Amino acid sequence: MIDYLEEIFSTLKQNKLRAIMTGFSVAWGIFMLLLLLGSGKGLQNGMEYNFRGSSTNAIWIHSGETGESYEGLGKGRRIQFTNEDYDMLKRELAGIKNISGRMYLRSSAPLTYKNEFGIYTITGVMPEYNGIEILDMQQGRFVNRLDIDNYRKVIVLSQPIVDVLFKDEDPMGKYIKAGGVPFQVVGTFYDYQNQDARKAFIPISTGQRVFGGANRLANLAITTASTSVEENKQIESEIKSLLARRHRFSETDDRAIFIWNTLEHFRQAQGVFAGIRMFVWVIGIMTIIAGIVGVSNIMIILVKERTREIGIRKSIGATPWSVIRLVLSESVFITAVAGFFGLLFGMGVLHLANMVLMGIAEGNDMVNRMFYNPSADFGVAVSATLILIAAGLIAGFIPARKAAAIKPIEALHDE
Amino acid sequence: MDNSIIRVETLHKSYVNGSNALHVLKGVDLDIRQGEMVSIMGSSGSGKSTLLNIIGILDNYDAGAYYLDGIKIEKMSETRAARFRNKYIGFVFQSFNLISFKNAMENVALPLYYQKVSRKKRNMIALEYLEKLGLREWAHHLPSELSGGQKQRVAIARSLISKPKVILADEPTGALDSVTSEEVMEILKEVNATGISIIIVTHENEIAAQTQRIIRLRDGIIESNEVNHNFSNEVSAGVLLEQR
Ligand SMILES: Nc1ncnc2c1ncn2[C@@H]1O[C@H](COP(=O)(O)OP(=O)(O)O)[C@@H](O)[C@H]1O
Ligand SMILES: [Mg+2]
Repeated sequence: MIDYLEEIFSTLKQNKLRAIMTGFSVAWGIFMLLLLLGSGKGLQNGMEYNFRGSSTNAIWIHSGETGESYEGLGKGRRIQFTNEDYDMLKRELAGIKNISGRMYLRSSAPLTYKNEFGIYTITGVMPEYNGIEILDMQQGRFVNRLDIDNYRKVIVLSQPIVDVLFKDEDPMGKYIKAGGVPFQVVGTFYDYQNQDARKAFIPISTGQRVFGGANRLANLAITTASTSVEENKQIESEIKSLLARRHRFSETDDRAIFIWNTLEHFRQAQGVFAGIRMFVWVIGIMTIIAGIVGVSNIMIILVKERTREIGIRKSIGATPWSVIRLVLSESVFITAVAGFFGLLFGMGVLHLANMVLMGIAEGNDMVNRMFYNPSADFGVAVSATLILIAAGLIAGFIPARKAAAIKPIEALHDE
Repeated sequence: MDNSIIRVETLHKSYVNGSNALHVLKGVDLDIRQGEMVSIMGSSGSGKSTLLNIIGILDNYDAGAYYLDGIKIEKMSETRAARFRNKYIGFVFQSFNLISFKNAMENVALPLYYQKVSRKKRNMIALEYLEKLGLREWAHHLPSELSGGQKQRVAIARSLISKPKVILADEPTGALDSVTSEEVMEILKEVNATGISIIIVTHENEIAAQTQRIIRLRDGIIESNEVNHNFSNEVSAGVLLEQR
């Protein structure tokens, strides 16, 4: 075996420059493939990072105004969700995991603590809401069932609000005024989607009672128990017909309510990225094919130049197979070594890019949403290696056949 | 004759080039015994190299028959031909045909590589052969660093290393001056003295005169085939190659 490598090596040493030049094209091909794959992965990770704050099978239901007249009711009628909608959906809808209504206390209710105050979005929600919009809890807890049942005046704050109102003070258990009404802080969190988001949650029952919301809901949010787009679309249309019946609008009216199906969009985005990945592979493979053609060409020239040498080898007993093996091994050797360097280099660049990105992302979360952790995993490296060996064999095939076909009498012919 | 090593009967060979065929060998009969040293002479283009290539199984013949060591050599796979060459035949060429990027020792050892002899062992054997040919200290030199005579001695060592039955030498002294030619002939005679048959193609009378038999080719036919009465099998100087 070592003997065999020595034999390959001695001939390659002879054509060092050529071998390096050829190898370069292959290394370049692999390098580009890796960069492309890494970038594709990075974009995809960024997209998934974007979806991180929301359960991927969430359905968001907003109300609008009817766009069609229906059963004698004119168009342009506002649809107002209430707790009854919540109760009905919870009762009638199969296959849901979490459901929550939402109501907002807007500028009417500034938050005040001691001398500090600010106007933030305060949302009334059900405990289940934390399973729909996923929050990065820092301290304490989210709104719970007892809060709802007992109309407790408790509030959960995002960390940026805490930073503004409490400075270095521990907010837990403290009372903070919302629109003049004292609420006890029971938890703090970060918003996954936006680290800087300043928002607060209170029990929806308390919100409705204290701030005169009656039983009105601004919108509804649901997560389903299913991860298939079809089932979620099915649930979506059931929601629509239930609400259409209750609020008396046409099921074909697409302006009365708006439903945002996260899973559908998530899957669409995933589909786009699967497409990008495909595209990247196609481009990468084409680059490698260009490399193969390059190696093949150079090997053909090498074989031509070595016609005499191969003739000599044959005259002293080299079989055609041994000649084929010699050329193929050289080809595989060049592609494998060169490809390995391309692989190493590509991995290095991706790693570097990742570190730089992470540095930037420290100060700006936007970066993570665009491009996050670009990397090529072990599987990619393995498939790249297999591609390389195959590439070497393909590249060597024609030259090897040419070499095997060399006739010693012609090769050794004295000029 | 049963100790015949090469027997050729009414051998015909044409080179077909497009529509016109060149009839080079037109019925050649030849019988060379084990241990003989013969020369083939003839003017340029008379078919000497063609005949030697067929004997060396580097080329096929069209009609007739060829027996090597009693085995009929017919159209065969290249792999089989390669095995035969490796086992029975050693080649010595006018232009040496050494591999330029391998040193003398590696060149000599190469036939054993194709016999799957380990590197260490074949290099050792190669060194022994170089020693016998007085080239021990040149073992690690590339062919480009050797003189013509030295190169031809390396080539002879290479042809000997696989212990062939026949050495085929196509104008082995054609590229050498007369003094070196003489040295090479001495070596070939020593080799012959160990029992290996040698066929030398040459157009130099001085060379032919040192062989046991002189065969003259003319236009693809054997014109004469006579025993050389002036031949002496005395090896003038140098170490006698070990008897096999
Ligand atoms: N491979 C070949 N194809 C076509 N013609 C050839 C080939 N080899 C030799 N010849 C022709 O055959 C004739 C005999 O050649 P060759 O045997 O080399 O003669 P010699 O060695 O006696 O000079 C020459 O005319 C030569 O041109
Ligand atoms: Mg000739």
